[in-house]
Amino acid sequence: MAIQVRIPTPLRKLTNNEEIIEIDADTVKGVISELQSRYPGFRDRLLDEKGEIRRFVNIYVNEEDIRFLKNQETEIKDGDEISIIPAIAGG
Amino acid sequence: MSQKSGYMEALKCRECGRKYPLEAVHVCEYDFGPLEVVYNYDKIRKSLNREVITGRPQTMWRYRELLPIAGQPTVGLEVGYTPLIKADRLAEKLGIRGLWIKNDTVNYPTLSFKDRVVSVAMSRAAEMGFKTVACASTGNLANSVAANAAAAGWDAFVFIPADLEQGKVINSLIYGAEVIAIKGHYDEVNRLCAEIAGKYGWAFVNVNMRPYYAEGSKSMGFEIVEQSGWKIPRHTVVCMASGSLLTKIYKSYREMIEIGLVDDTEHQVHGAQATGCSPISTAHKAGMDFFKPVKPDTIAKSLAIGTPADGFYALKAMKESGSSCDDVTDDEIREGISLLAECEGIFAETAGGVTVGVAKKLIASGKIPAEDEAVLCITGHGLKTLDAVVGHTGEANIIKPSLREFESLLSNVKKVAVN
Repeated sequence: MAIQVRIPTPLRKLTNNEEIIEIDADTVKGVISELQSRYPGFRDRLLDEKGEIRRFVNIYVNEEDIRFLKNQETEIKDGDEISIIPAIAGG
Repeated sequence: MSQKSGYMEALKCRECGRKYPLEAVHVCEYDFGPLEVVYNYDKIRKSLNREVITGRPQTMWRYRELLPIAGQPTVGLEVGYTPLIKADRLAEKLGIRGLWIKNDTVNYPTLSFKDRVVSVAMSRAAEMGFKTVACASTGNLANSVAANAAAAGWDAFVFIPADLEQGKVINSLIYGAEVIAIKGHYDEVNRLCAEIAGKYGWAFVNVNMRPYYAEGSKSMGFEIVEQSGWKIPRHTVVCMASGSLLTKIYKSYREMIEIGLVDDTEHQVHGAQATGCSPISTAHKAGMDFFKPVKPDTIAKSLAIGTPADGFYALKAMKESGSSCDDVTDDEIREGISLLAECEGIFAETAGGVTVGVAKKLIASGKIPAEDEAVLCITGHGLKTLDAVVGHTGEANIIKPSLREFESLLSNVKKVAVN
C-alpha cells in the first residue's frame, strides 16, 4: 500500500491528466522528489529557487496544512492522503 | 477582440507576469500565483470621466469600464452606491476631526459588500455561458450567491463552515440554494472547494471566477472617492479576512489616479483584523512581508480565514502606502458594534465592530492623527450575526399594561429624560 497524492487541475498537464498518483515515500520532501522524477518539472511548480514551498502553494497531509506540521519534513505513512491546493480567497 | 473583452486585455499572474486568456481560470500553472485582470487604461481614459459617471444610474455599474465584464451587466443591476455617512457623533467619541462611514450594511440585495463581487462574478460567468454558481463562504458571500442566483434563475451550491451563525445559514437557505455545511473551519471549506471546483464545471465565484469576482470590491473604493467630492480620503480603514478588499480598495484609488479622475493626494489604507484570527496584522506589526497561517478563534466569523490568500498583497499595499494595521479582541469587537450603533444608528456585523475597534486604537495611538479625516468601510449588517451580541445588549423591560408600573419603571431608568 502506498500514499495517494491528489493532483490539482493546474498541474494535471504534467501528469497526463492523472488526478491521483500513488507514491511510496517517508516524508513530504520524498513525495516531491518522487513526483519530480516521474514528471520532470514538477518540483519547480511547488518549490521556489531556495527550495521552499511557494507562497501560493498549500500542501495538506490528511487534511492538515503541512505548515502546522513539520513542513517538508512532515512524516507520512501508508494510507495517508496528500492534497496540493492553490490558495484561494473568500469571505 | 474588443467586442468580446470590453476594456479587458488578458489575465496576468501577479507573481511571474505570465499572461492567460480571459477564461474561468484563477491560478498560474507555473507558480500558483493568483491571476489578475489587465485593463486597457488608455481606452478607459478616453471613455470615462466624471461627467459620464455622474450621468449614469446610482449603482456600482456606473464604473463598469473599470470592472471585468465584456458587455453590459446582467446580474445585480441595482447593487452598490451605498451611502457615505458623515459620522460626527462617532468622530467625537473616537477623538478625530472628521469621520465617514461607507455603509455597505444596506447594500442590495443581501446587506453586505459581497453583493458587489457576486454581481461582477455572475455577470462575467453569464458571458461565459455558466448556469450554475457556487462559492466557499464564511456566510456573507453565501447569502449573496444564493440571492443573486435565485433572481437570475441559476442553480447555486454554497459551502460554509458548519458552525456559522444561524442568521447566515437561514439567509442562504431561504433562496433555495443547496447549502453544504462542512465540519471544519473556513480554510478547510476552501480546500474542499478548490478540489470540487477542479472536478465540476461550475462558476465558483471565489475559485475559478476569482480574478473577476475580486475586482468587484473596487467599486466600494470608487464610490468612496466620488462621494467624498472626487477626493481620495486621507485615511481609509478596512477589515481583512483574505485581505482582498483592502488590496482592491487601494487598487481602486490607484486606478482613479491612473485614468485622471482624481489627484494623487496622500492616502493610507489601514487594515483591521480580529485578534483571534490576525495573521496579516501580526505579520505587519512584525515588519514581515509574509504571514504565518493560524487556526481562527474569534466571534468575527466572517473574517475567520487563517490562510489569507491575498495576505501578501494586503501587506504589500499597506507597506507601499505607509499604512498601519491592528487587531481587536472579541470584547473590543462588541464595543465597536455598540459604539457605531449608539452613535450613528448603524447596526454592523462583527466585521464592522473590528473596523470601528481598530480605528479607535489607531486614532488613540496617533497613527491616524486627530486632526485628520478618515473613512471606515462597514461591510455587513448586524442582523446577520445576532448570536455575537446576544446577552451583551441589555434586556427589554417587561411590565404590565399599567401606567403606574410604567412610571415606577421610568423613575429607575436613568437614560430617559422626563419632561
